[in-house]
Amino acid sequence: MLNCDRIFKLTALAGALLILMLTAGFFLQLGVSSFPVWQRYGLGFLCSTAWDPVAQEYGALPAIVGTLITTALAVGLALPPAFVTALYLLDAPPWARGVLSQGVDLLAAIPSVIYGMWGLFVLVPLLQRGVNALGFEEFTGFGYLSAGVILALMILPYMCAVFRDVFRMTPSMLREAAFGCGCTRWEAAWDIVMRYGIRGIMGGVFIGLGRALGETMAVLFVIGNLNAMPDSLFSAGTTIAATLANNFAEADDQMQSVLFALGLLLLAMSFAVQAISLTYLKRTGKRRGEV
Amino acid sequence: MTGMQNLRRRPLGGRRLLDALFRLASLIALLTALAGMLWIVGTVIRRGADAVNWNFLTAASGPLADSGIGNAILGSVLITLVAALIALPPALAGGCYLAEFGRRGRVAETIRFSANVLMGMPSVLVGLFVYALLVKPMGCSSGLAGSVALAIIMFPVVLRTTEDMLRMVPDSLREAGLALGLTRTRVTLGVIFRAARSGLVTGILLALARVSGETAPLLFTAQWSDNWPQDFCSGPTANLPVLITEYTTNSPYEEIQQAGWGAALVIMAAVLALNIGCRLLLRERHHER
Repeated sequence: MLNCDRIFKLTALAGALLILMLTAGFFLQLGVSSFPVWQRYGLGFLCSTAWDPVAQEYGALPAIVGTLITTALAVGLALPPAFVTALYLLDAPPWARGVLSQGVDLLAAIPSVIYGMWGLFVLVPLLQRGVNALGFEEFTGFGYLSAGVILALMILPYMCAVFRDVFRMTPSMLREAAFGCGCTRWEAAWDIVMRYGIRGIMGGVFIGLGRALGETMAVLFVIGNLNAMPDSLFSAGTTIAATLANNFAEADDQMQSVLFALGLLLLAMSFAVQAISLTYLKRTGKRRGEV
Repeated sequence: MTGMQNLRRRPLGGRRLLDALFRLASLIALLTALAGMLWIVGTVIRRGADAVNWNFLTAASGPLADSGIGNAILGSVLITLVAALIALPPALAGGCYLAEFGRRGRVAETIRFSANVLMGMPSVLVGLFVYALLVKPMGCSSGLAGSVALAIIMFPVVLRTTEDMLRMVPDSLREAGLALGLTRTRVTLGVIFRAARSGLVTGILLALARVSGETAPLLFTAQWSDNWPQDFCSGPTANLPVLITEYTTNSPYEEIQQAGWGAALVIMAAVLALNIGCRLLLRERHHER
């Protein structure tokens, strides 16, 4: 009898350990496959802007910069609306809250390729007309701005869902006490709900950050896929993920290892974001004694 | 410490104004988000509805006028189901370990951490990984490679869901089972899993819905073909997300783009139906209790 339990436990452990092997496998595989790149270009690969398949000269800087720009733009655009929307959902009448919460969840479920398609056929022409009317005639509709906007739209429901769950965890006694002191809703939200849920808010921001960092399809459709340093928000560019998706299928060996190296960079970036958020949340949780 | 300062009288007018502004802003943000969603869904329905008919859903894709997306639908279903077959056993076992044996401890914490990291990993990297792992050694892209890629994405999601669902089962049930003289194995499989069944099914279905729309990992693994998926293990296999990508980015023709919208409508309807169904199911269970 004891034996049977033991086998069961070991099987379960094996399943769980598979996840460690997978995580290690990702780093190992991408590291090994990109080895020729580090050997040939060294760390200069990170700050070179070259991209010439004929001369076999490659650099990672435009893709890195593009990734950072689009991610920052997306989080900057999505954070305020996600925050206030979640706060609104906290106080809304129950039927409205139900319908809207479900709507937000469903918005998060739509596949990213559909966002990309919509971006390509609807958002890009719209932005082009709008920006051209403002006096930037050279904007074609494809570029960092379009990618940032579509990413913001994509991560908004995610961030909103996390914020909503965090806000809901605030003990109602605290909010009632604030109202009892004569706080307005805004003051109760800003001084009580937000302070109480700050670690959850950071978590939500990082979740959005992680998603925007690695999103491929929606960006691929609207960013213009030009491997060059940005002139402005309106110029076409690329991100790491978009570069991978755009070039990998027809890449030769040299280029493949370059793309693997870019993949390794993306992996390191997203791993850092996740690790920071997780340890941050854990530490804050410990300090608060997990209230 | 700043108590004295806070005792200063603060006029209500400005605070009221700020509050009103805040409410206005939140309403606008909410309406904008909803309008964005309705706009996207509406565009897909409006443009896709013209393309979808019986022939479109059942015929194989191709350059002819009467071609459809039948092979891509079948391919997508196959790839997703095989992915579930690959991912479920280790994910259920792993979740079971975390919930039943490894609540605390270094090993369990590390596993939880890597599962969270893996969940947030860009899906395009999974495509690269599986390409180097399977496609390159086998010499060809295949539906099976696509399944493995989707399985890797599903794995941590199902693992964490399993853990959460099993943990929600009260410990008294475990104790009752053990007190009857059942082994740990039978308590877990026969009592705990049964008690958590509806939550588990919902979690798995939601994970399926999530991966069925994934595109980036399929670009270099399953790739794309106009054939029916008869060589699932040895050749490029048609699937909806890559078909949508191909049809919208690489084609100047109106009809092809139209077919792309039709495919987008099909996949969106499937994903949303699965999501709404799961939520209704879960809610009914809640009400029963």
